[in-house]
Amino acid sequence: MFAYLVKRLLSGVVVVFLVSLSIFLLFWFGPSSPAQPICDRDTSNRCTPERLANFEENLGYNNPWYTEYGTFVKGVFVGREIQFGSTKKFDCPAPCLGYSYRTKTPVFEEMKERMPATFSVALGGAALYLVLGIPIGVAAARRRGTVADKALVSSFLVLSSVPYYLFALLTWLFLTVQWEIPLFAETGYFSFTENPAKWFSGLLLAWIALGIFGCTQYTRYARGSMVEALSEDYIRTAKAKGLAQSKVVYKHGLRAALVPVVTIFGIDFGTLLAGTIFTERIFDIDGIGFWSLQAVNGRDLPVVSATALFSAIVLIFSNLIVDLIYSVLDPRVRLS
Amino acid sequence: MTVTTQTSPSVVPPGGEEPFLVVDDLTVRFPTEDGLITAVSELSYSVGLGETLGIVGESGSGKSVSSMAVLGLHDARTAQITGSIRVGGTEVIGLGESRMRKLRGNQVSMIFQDALAALHPFYKVGGQLAEAYLVHHPSASKRDARRKAVEMLDRVGIPQPDRRVDDFPHQFSGGMRQRAMIAMGLINDPSLLIADEPTTALDVTVQAQILDLLQDLQREFNSAVIIITHDLGVIAEMADDVLVMYAGRAVEYGPAREILTHPEMPYTWGLLSSVPDVTSDTSARLIPIPGNPPSLLSMPSGCSFHPRCAHRDKVPGDLCTTTVPDLAPGGRGPGHLKRCHLANPDEVYEAEVLPEIAPDVAAGDPGTDVAARPDEES
Repeated sequence: MFAYLVKRLLSGVVVVFLVSLSIFLLFWFGPSSPAQPICDRDTSNRCTPERLANFEENLGYNNPWYTEYGTFVKGVFVGREIQFGSTKKFDCPAPCLGYSYRTKTPVFEEMKERMPATFSVALGGAALYLVLGIPIGVAAARRRGTVADKALVSSFLVLSSVPYYLFALLTWLFLTVQWEIPLFAETGYFSFTENPAKWFSGLLLAWIALGIFGCTQYTRYARGSMVEALSEDYIRTAKAKGLAQSKVVYKHGLRAALVPVVTIFGIDFGTLLAGTIFTERIFDIDGIGFWSLQAVNGRDLPVVSATALFSAIVLIFSNLIVDLIYSVLDPRVRLS
Repeated sequence: MTVTTQTSPSVVPPGGEEPFLVVDDLTVRFPTEDGLITAVSELSYSVGLGETLGIVGESGSGKSVSSMAVLGLHDARTAQITGSIRVGGTEVIGLGESRMRKLRGNQVSMIFQDALAALHPFYKVGGQLAEAYLVHHPSASKRDARRKAVEMLDRVGIPQPDRRVDDFPHQFSGGMRQRAMIAMGLINDPSLLIADEPTTALDVTVQAQILDLLQDLQREFNSAVIIITHDLGVIAEMADDVLVMYAGRAVEYGPAREILTHPEMPYTWGLLSSVPDVTSDTSARLIPIPGNPPSLLSMPSGCSFHPRCAHRDKVPGDLCTTTVPDLAPGGRGPGHLKRCHLANPDEVYEAEVLPEIAPDVAAGDPGTDVAARPDEES
C-alpha cells in the first residue's frame, strides 16, 4: 500500500514535470516573443524593436531555454527575483510560479485568491449532479422499459447532446437577463466568509447549470450501471433469501452499481476543480478557469503554465484518490 | 385442452397429507419484443419431505423457470403465471409480496449454479450467510447470526470456518463457494431446497463431494429437494423421481429407476444415448439428438419434439405433427407418465434404442438396469 502510494506519487511528479516543460517549450519556440505582450502593455502599444529587445534581455529570453527553465524550476522550490523593465526587481518567494505579465503580481498569490471560487463552483455543481443524477438513474433502472424510463432516457439524451457552453449561456440569458429572476440577478463569486447569502445566490445559477447538465450524464451512468447490477445473479440470490425489495435494490444493487460511477466521478470532479472555463466565464466567476482564459488571451506565459500545472496536479491527485477509493469499494481490487 | 390431472408417482396415500410441494397445471408466459412466449406449459409435479425430484432437460426447456416460480422470483409485472403451486399447503401463486418474502429463503430456499456469480462480490461470505439468517430471525443479534454462519460453514465442510467466515467469495475455491452457497440455502432449515444445477460449474471430483453433501444434509434435515440438472448421472445418483422436460412441457415423469431403465419417450432415449459411459469401449460412439431445441417463439405444431424425433414414422397418420400427446401412463403402469403417441414404446426401445446405447445389455438380459451407474444405491 505504502509502496504503491510512493510509486504513484513519483509517476505523478514526472507527469507534472513533463507538463510544465511542454508548456514552457511551446511558448519559448512559439511564433511570437513571450515578451511581446508585456512590452505592448508597458509601452502603451508603442513597443519598438529596441524596447522589445530590452524586455527580452531582462526576462531572460536571450539565455538558452534550458537555463531559463532551470531558473523557473529553481524558483518553484527556493524563490527568485524577477526583473521586467530596466531596474526594478520583484521579489518572488517560493513557491514562485513567476509574476503575471498582465498584473505584475505573483502568480501563486493570484492562484490562491481564485481557488475558493473554483472550488465553490465545483463542489456545488458536483454535489447537485450526484444528488440528482444517481437517484434518477436508479429509479429509471428499476422501471426499465416502462414509458417513464424511455421518456426520461430520451429527453436526457437530447439535453446532453446540446453543447454545454450553449446550455449554460441560455440558462444565463433566460433566467438572469430575460426573466430577471431576482435570485439569479447577480451572478459571480463573493467571499463566503464575508457574506454567505451573497456567495450562495451568486453561485446558484452556475451550480444549477452544471448540476442539470451533469445530472443528465450521471443519470445515464447510474442507470446503465444499475441495470447491469440488477441483472446479476447475486441480485437473484438476494431476492431468494427473502430480503425486502429496498434491501435488494440498495444494499446489493446500488452497492455494486456505484463502483463504476465513482470512478467516472473522480475524473470529472478533478476536471471541475482544474477550472470550469465556460461556467466561470458565463456566470462571471473569477476562478481558475476564467483566469486561465484571460491568461491565454493575453499570452501571459507565467499564468498559463501555472494553470496547466495546477490542472495536472489536480488530475493526478483525483486519479490517485479514485484508485484508492476503488480498492476500498471493491475487495477484489488489490493495489500494486 | 390436454388432460392435466395425473397420478403423481409419489402417490399420496389415501387419507394422507398432500406432499410438501404440489405444482399443478403451472403455465408461465413472458411477453418479449417478438411476442408472448410460453416458457412452461401445464406442468404438474409434487415432492414430499425427504424426497428428491430430479428435473432434467436441455437449456430453455423450462426447468429453471418452473422452479423460480415456486419462489415467486419472476417479475410480477411481466410474467404471466397460472395454475397452482402449493408449498406446505399454502398457495403461492398470487401470494402477496410480503408473505412470499417470509417463504423465500426460509421454508423454501434455492441454491444456484455458478456460486461465484450468485454470491455478492463485495460482501464477506459470513455476512451474506448472516444476512440470510437475520432476515428470517429478526430478533437474533448480529453475533448470533455470525455464530450461525460459522456453524453452517462448518456443517458443509469448510475448514477453519471461524476464519473463512470473514473471507470474500473470490477468496474461496469453486467447490468451497458452492458449499457456502449450500450453507446459505440451508441456514434457515428449509423444508424445500431447490438446487439449480448445483454442480455444473465444478470439477467432477468436487461434483461428487457436493452431491454427497447434499444427500447427507437432506437426510439430516428431512427436506424435500428438487435438483435441476441436465446430467443424468446426477439424477441416477440423487433422485427418487424424475421429471423430463422438453420445450416447457413435462414429457416423461416417474420414479427415477423406472425412467432410467424403461424410458418410454424418444426424447428421454436421446438423453440416455448422449451420456458417455466410462466403462464402455472407447470406439463406441455417442449418439446425440439431432437438431436443436425449438425456439419458444415458434413452437412446432403437435408434439414439440417431432422435428427431432427418429420414431415419428411409427405413429400412424400425422398425429405427431398435429396433436400434442397427453402426458399419460404408458405400458408400465400408472406411476410412469409419458407424452408420446408411440403405441408400443417399450418394444421400440428394446429393439432399436437399447442395442445402440448398450449392446451388451441388449444382447444379454433385456431386463437389466441400463443407465444406472455401478455405484448407484437406493
